[in-house]
Amino acid sequence: MNKHSFSVPQRCGAPAFSQSAGLPTRVGLGLKSEHFQQIIETRPDLGFFEIHAENYLVDGGPFHHYLTRIRENYPLSIHGVGLSIGGESALDKNHLSRLAVLIERYEPQSFSEHLAWASHGDIFLNDLLPLPYTRQTLQRVCDHIDQVQAHLQRQILLENPATYVEFSASTIAETDFIGAVISRTGCGLLLDVNNVYVSCINHNRDPYAYIKSLPHPSVGEIHLAGFAAEMDAAGAPLLIDSHGAPVAQVVWNLYEYALAYTGPVATLIERDNDIPSFDVLFAESLQAEKLLRAALDGRALQGVSV
Amino acid sequence: MSGQEEFFGTLLDPERITPNGLTTWNGSDATTRFAIYRNNVVASLIDALAKTCPVTLQLVGEEFFRGMARLFIAAQPPRSRVLAFFGEELPDFIEHFAPASSVPYLADVARLEFLRVRAFHAHDASQLPVQTIAQFLAKPDELPGLVVELHPSLGLLRSQYAVVSLWGAHQGIAEISSVDPFVGEDALIIRPQLEVEVLRLGSGAADFVTQLLQGASLGSAAVLAGDAHAGFDLASIIGLLVQHHCISSMKH
Repeated sequence: MNKHSFSVPQRCGAPAFSQSAGLPTRVGLGLKSEHFQQIIETRPDLGFFEIHAENYLVDGGPFHHYLTRIRENYPLSIHGVGLSIGGESALDKNHLSRLAVLIERYEPQSFSEHLAWASHGDIFLNDLLPLPYTRQTLQRVCDHIDQVQAHLQRQILLENPATYVEFSASTIAETDFIGAVISRTGCGLLLDVNNVYVSCINHNRDPYAYIKSLPHPSVGEIHLAGFAAEMDAAGAPLLIDSHGAPVAQVVWNLYEYALAYTGPVATLIERDNDIPSFDVLFAESLQAEKLLRAALDGRALQGVSV
Repeated sequence: MSGQEEFFGTLLDPERITPNGLTTWNGSDATTRFAIYRNNVVASLIDALAKTCPVTLQLVGEEFFRGMARLFIAAQPPRSRVLAFFGEELPDFIEHFAPASSVPYLADVARLEFLRVRAFHAHDASQLPVQTIAQFLAKPDELPGLVVELHPSLGLLRSQYAVVSLWGAHQGIAEISSVDPFVGEDALIIRPQLEVEVLRLGSGAADFVTQLLQGASLGSAAVLAGDAHAGFDLASIIGLLVQHHCISSMKH
């Protein structure tokens, strides 16, 4: 197997942050308000829950009531969607401060954000928008992550994006860009396997090669989700990161492949649209748990030299 | 213009053409691909409004609501990363939205729905036990001087329409055919524990509660409300505030 050489050195001069113990090497689920009651009543055997930070930036009420109780029994991942780390605008310091308060309150094992932008000026677009990969954007993303990690006083994980367009201005491959961000800032990688598949199909790349070229030791969490399939103007497949369907078989396969490189890593099943019953999501988590256990047992490492 | 400035401007304005500098591996028109972002932004924000305003949506139908929401979003996109409260200007927008003028109570129903969301996520607070309140109320001489602190989730809405009944009819609480929308109603919105409650207030009660919120004593609030509304019933509103755990503290 060919060794991939990174175009940037690993962890050169990256600031060191006290890293929390991290998420357990188990499977977790996104926490949905529809399922609060059942989770508290039945205490399902799950590794952790993940919340979207912005949903909990409210003063009180049921969201905090239930999350407080659930946090007593489960590790927690807080996943931000509003920091706009890839944005041209300066980070919203007020938002960052509110995140810090949330993190202080719930002491999550992990905080993660996206390689994307979501706001411009003071307007928030509520989507994860793509950025060109250039020396200039690399600097900006690194500056923003430095600022976030300094403010939160912890390492964050950065999620690889699902994208539908590319930019003629880009001069750096996405995997190299991510590798450079990680080595410069010391942040970790939230490897979204569904995003890898969606982006690679959308841009006619090999998802296996993409996974292979990532800095595997930096992966602190894996995301799995479902996609929707459409077509572009030329009739080529165009996949949408919908979070509205079960994980596809091709993504399970890619997950198994990724685990062989990363080793066993905390894994989340994301579902944000067309949310089924908790039991359906729990069954899907068991599917992931099976693959994760196999990786833990070392079986998945056979035949792969990393 | 920066790259994101152009990308951003095009997302919210369907009249503008796809930004320059986008590429596709197969040379296909990037417009189809860019439209996914445009759709994600607008659809997710419309969904957020629809989630906040289910009864408003029912009153005008899905298609009308989504069309109206789309125009609102283009005019007033979110300024906060916290979407729970996105669209609090929507009721004012509806009030001036000519195509909705045939449903004159629509804006107030939307106001009620936004107040419910405010109450849902409001600060929590301890409630004064009923026994303690009873001890206060047992001394009629001291009642006028009492100052009452109300629960932080409490909200008020005064409407010239039957806003509580209209909302209730869509919860299966009342029969819609029995509701005369043109009979004005005042609403009190409260979340004593985990559930938000919407209560119809009697004559003058909204004035009374407003006075309490401004720190007036029970006595002066009651006098003001009673002077303005012949039908004001002090015992009834105090009973309602106690029964629905709206009182956080009482002091002389």
